[in-house]
Amino acid sequence: MQETPRVRTLTLDVPGWPGHRAGQHLDVRLTAEDGYTAQRSYSIASAPEDGVELTVERLDDGEVSPYLVDEAREGDRIEVRGPIGRYFVWEASDLTPLLLVAGGSGVVPLMSMVRHRASAGGTASAKLVYSSRTLEDVIYRSELDELAARGDGLEVVHTLTREQPEGWTGYARRIDPELLREVAWPASARPRVYVCGSTRFVDAAADGLLALGYEPQSIRTERFGATGT
Amino acid sequence: METRDLRLDGNAIGGLLLEVFGVDMTAAPSVCASCGSREAVARLDVYVNAPGVVVRCCHCEAVMIRIVQGGGRTWLDLSGTGCLELG
Repeated sequence: MQETPRVRTLTLDVPGWPGHRAGQHLDVRLTAEDGYTAQRSYSIASAPEDGVELTVERLDDGEVSPYLVDEAREGDRIEVRGPIGRYFVWEASDLTPLLLVAGGSGVVPLMSMVRHRASAGGTASAKLVYSSRTLEDVIYRSELDELAARGDGLEVVHTLTREQPEGWTGYARRIDPELLREVAWPASARPRVYVCGSTRFVDAAADGLLALGYEPQSIRTERFGATGT
Repeated sequence: METRDLRLDGNAIGGLLLEVFGVDMTAAPSVCASCGSREAVARLDVYVNAPGVVVRCCHCEAVMIRIVQGGGRTWLDLSGTGCLELG
């Protein structure tokens, strides 16, 4: 499924899949005919209740994402390793207020948490603060609108940093301490926080939350880059 | 792009550590041999653009772990790590 012009969601059928936790990722390895291999990590977008979906953003100079976004066809076989991660994970049984801060495709593992909360009937109050360049770049926009409209304690706050449509009433700048102060819970609510995005984004968001008095150990971060291991 | 933009965290090498240690290490507590800080591996600074992987303490920036793979072999340098808890 094409989410935005640069982002696509792929559904995987993994034999022997042990199940995953919201927030985990997979390593995808591609091997060329000459034996050259390239490997990258991709977050699982689906709730644990819903199989394995990866949402991938195409990086124009990437070795794996152009294939996954533009070329992969139904029935193609790829090599995966995972699920991976026991730190950046969240369980819907957790009743602590949940603050999710996403930069661009950093929303993917956080979407798994949002979907897990909805599927499992989680009752923790949840806020997703989601920074995108333009409205067209917002991944899962209609699904997030629907989930937020349920009125079951999920609030979604968008900020568009590069371009805003006419009549846009949301935020229109990068996430900064002032923005976080307006939308995040006070530190006294002791929320559990997950931040995912580029290194710069994560550092800015985490610094902003620390400035609000959040405990360092309450903030779990995941930085992504263009290179793999 | 600046060097600071290349800094990832321990989540990024979760798959590699799973391969090396046989268990998921991202939530494993680690102790820096230089400053004594205790943090989950996922919170450590990770650079994957070096020849191999370099893991640094997120407090004092000392090198804690180096992993190099090639020719079907893996070299693991833990001399900067005081303790690593596998569970």
